[in-house]
Amino acid sequence: MKRRDFFAVMGGGIVVLLEEDILAQETGGPRRGAEAVPAEIGAWLHIGESGDVTVYTGKVEVGQNARTSLTQAVVEELHAPVSSVHMVMADTDLTPFDMGTVGSMTTPRMWPQIRKAAAAAREMLLDLAAQKWSVDRATLKVADGKVSAGARSAGFGELTRGERLTRTIPASVALAPASEWKTAGNSLPKVNGHAIVTGAHKYTYDLKRQGMLYSKMLYPPQFGATLASLDASLAESMPGVQVVHEGNFVAVAAPEPDLAAKAVAALKAEWKPVTAEADSRTVFQYFKRTAQGGAATTANLTPYTIAYIAHVPLEPRSALAQWDGDKLTVWTGSQRPFGVRSELAQAFQVAEDKVRVIVPDTGSGYGGKHNGDAAVEAARIAKALGKPVKRNWTRDEEMTWAYFRPGGAIEVAGKAAPDGTITEWEFHNYNSGPSGLQSPYEISGKKEQYHQSKSPLRQGSYRGLAATANHFVRESYMDELAESVKMDPLEFRLKNAKDQRLRNVIVAASDKFGWKQRKKAAGRGFGIAAGFEKGGYVATCAEVSVDDKTGAVKVLRAVVAFECGAVVNPEHLRNQVEGGIVMGLGGALFEEIQFAEGKILNNRLARYRVPRFADMPVIESVLLDRKDLVSAGAGETPIVGIAPAIGNAIFDANGKRIRRLPLMA
Amino acid sequence: MARVTELLVNGSRRRIDVDPDRTLLSVLRDDLELTGAKFGCGEGQCAACTVLIDGVATKSCLTKIGAVGAKGVITIEGLASEGKLHPVQQAFLDADALQCGYCTPGMILGAVALLKRTPNPSQSEIASGMNGHICRCGTYPRVVRAIRSAAEKGGRA
Repeated sequence: MKRRDFFAVMGGGIVVLLEEDILAQETGGPRRGAEAVPAEIGAWLHIGESGDVTVYTGKVEVGQNARTSLTQAVVEELHAPVSSVHMVMADTDLTPFDMGTVGSMTTPRMWPQIRKAAAAAREMLLDLAAQKWSVDRATLKVADGKVSAGARSAGFGELTRGERLTRTIPASVALAPASEWKTAGNSLPKVNGHAIVTGAHKYTYDLKRQGMLYSKMLYPPQFGATLASLDASLAESMPGVQVVHEGNFVAVAAPEPDLAAKAVAALKAEWKPVTAEADSRTVFQYFKRTAQGGAATTANLTPYTIAYIAHVPLEPRSALAQWDGDKLTVWTGSQRPFGVRSELAQAFQVAEDKVRVIVPDTGSGYGGKHNGDAAVEAARIAKALGKPVKRNWTRDEEMTWAYFRPGGAIEVAGKAAPDGTITEWEFHNYNSGPSGLQSPYEISGKKEQYHQSKSPLRQGSYRGLAATANHFVRESYMDELAESVKMDPLEFRLKNAKDQRLRNVIVAASDKFGWKQRKKAAGRGFGIAAGFEKGGYVATCAEVSVDDKTGAVKVLRAVVAFECGAVVNPEHLRNQVEGGIVMGLGGALFEEIQFAEGKILNNRLARYRVPRFADMPVIESVLLDRKDLVSAGAGETPIVGIAPAIGNAIFDANGKRIRRLPLMA
Repeated sequence: MARVTELLVNGSRRRIDVDPDRTLLSVLRDDLELTGAKFGCGEGQCAACTVLIDGVATKSCLTKIGAVGAKGVITIEGLASEGKLHPVQQAFLDADALQCGYCTPGMILGAVALLKRTPNPSQSEIASGMNGHICRCGTYPRVVRAIRSAAEKGGRA
């Protein structure tokens, strides 16, 4: 949206633009064109003549409750009723540029920005009231969407009537500390919860347009295979079916979804096969063989392996594309609406302002919806056929053609002195990634290295990135070192943890768990793990039972302590922390993508096990609210501790050290 | 086989004209705009598509429309009556038993059917009764709490 268009689009009232602190930008994206709103504007807020407050942000809602926490940010500063606050999110024509809802950055970056915009709007309202009533500004009060002075009172809408005021404020405005928060810090319920429990909310998968065609893609039978020949005559003979064939891109479209499915099944294609370089058994050697700069030469490293896993967002990828002349509009579930806009602009060689991407609140992402595959497909078919086109991925497509959390080979070596002090530490990660690579314990002379490797599968972000893999190996090996000096795992960690925030979560989790009072019993084990990632500290304790004969593991109890600075919404934070534990159970125990010859062998939920009700342990969470510290994000870090806590508990139960994820493979 | 021309859904008879082999899920979503039932896997593994057929929780992705006949279908859109949420819907909100919400309509209908069968389920009865439902966001403990709380308040439909 261009500056001069604000009031045309939003109506009269007041607008606050918030300049983003360039140095603090998440990853520093491309600048926008000169006539558009500059990239420095991080958020804007409008108060209309009806008194409604509308905030525009490029962030998306994928279940992490950003819509609610950002609403709290507005209410905190503006003292407006929750029902009067509307968040317009993730619409590239309406909201400011945003790098994406990634890396747990909404709370540390966008949340204070929106508070600043709301605080500035409040000050503007006070100015307006003081002017209109010719009263001393200091005598004015703001509450419940009204400004008042003694018996006199006016709603925000009344005050802004006939006004067209714009104010740009710098990001450096100071904010009240968490100890003085009134709305923030409390558990505001999910603001759009009603629409979800009644089925009224429309996810992208649910969207329809007049005259829309349903589409299906013909994908190759293995990764990298190319189309040798295509006979589409049977599909084309079906009334209503249209085929789009451009090189390797083969799609069908029809007015009904079942017809599209029949049509794609009627295509006869021959594919030129390729030879796959690795499968899910050989891939760990492959990572080391293809590592940049070669593999480590140190002897006596202990090897661990990490399997590829799938995000399995319950809403598979979906897009609806519509061309109006040369203007393209795409609705799609993505964590990076502006990234998808760039992808589309590039794919169709049009200017970015000719592309509008709208992201309805989405059926989750977990880092898995960063790109615009479905969007590009839908737009391509829509362009070829001149009609709006829907592209709903099936579950097996989602689990084949999206991308995976990277697999990894990790090797570690270390030594501990008799008193428990770690004296040597060497850690090499092949392929899974550098996040969480560095030990949060104090170790002098450690060596930690991430080696980029070739991946036979398409890989990308996943909740917590490689921090899960790196924490699993580090925290498992911490126990191996503790064992080498016959020291209690809790005591060993506290011996080497100097960071007070890390110590706090370790103590909080182990106290709540009753670590020191734990009682050994046959087939039972207890484990602990801790870590730090993305501004948050986590410690997790687990109790497991292990079947003597089958080795089957049941997690009975998990206690997690988490500290991410000042808590914005305790209930939603707890929900995220618990959700991280539950999701983490899958990757810890049984999730693993199996592949061979360029094919995914378990791309269905019947063959790929995700955590269910029956897998649930008793989960207890302890939130350490540090009102003296800035709030960090919480969507990722709580996931990193559960796998090593379980692995350590299994060792405690039966003396078997499992050095792979998933543990029950 | 004859085409199916009528479906009793949420208390009203809706005119349709569909092949009997179509899935109930597709007819609800694509023909009747009732998108509260979700597509999650298409193979009965996630239960996001759950609806009630004569009060029984049913995976609509595995149900042919031709098999529904004159039975009454309730979707999430038909659960609240006269604008008042069903006690199970309210209990899900109160327990914050949702994140992205994609599984929620199916979970709620599954819970309504569970409470009809077992009005006062224990935690383990809830876990086994709801085990077909996947919540990838991991709100299971909250869903259990929501169902327990609805049961305590006599949350039968």
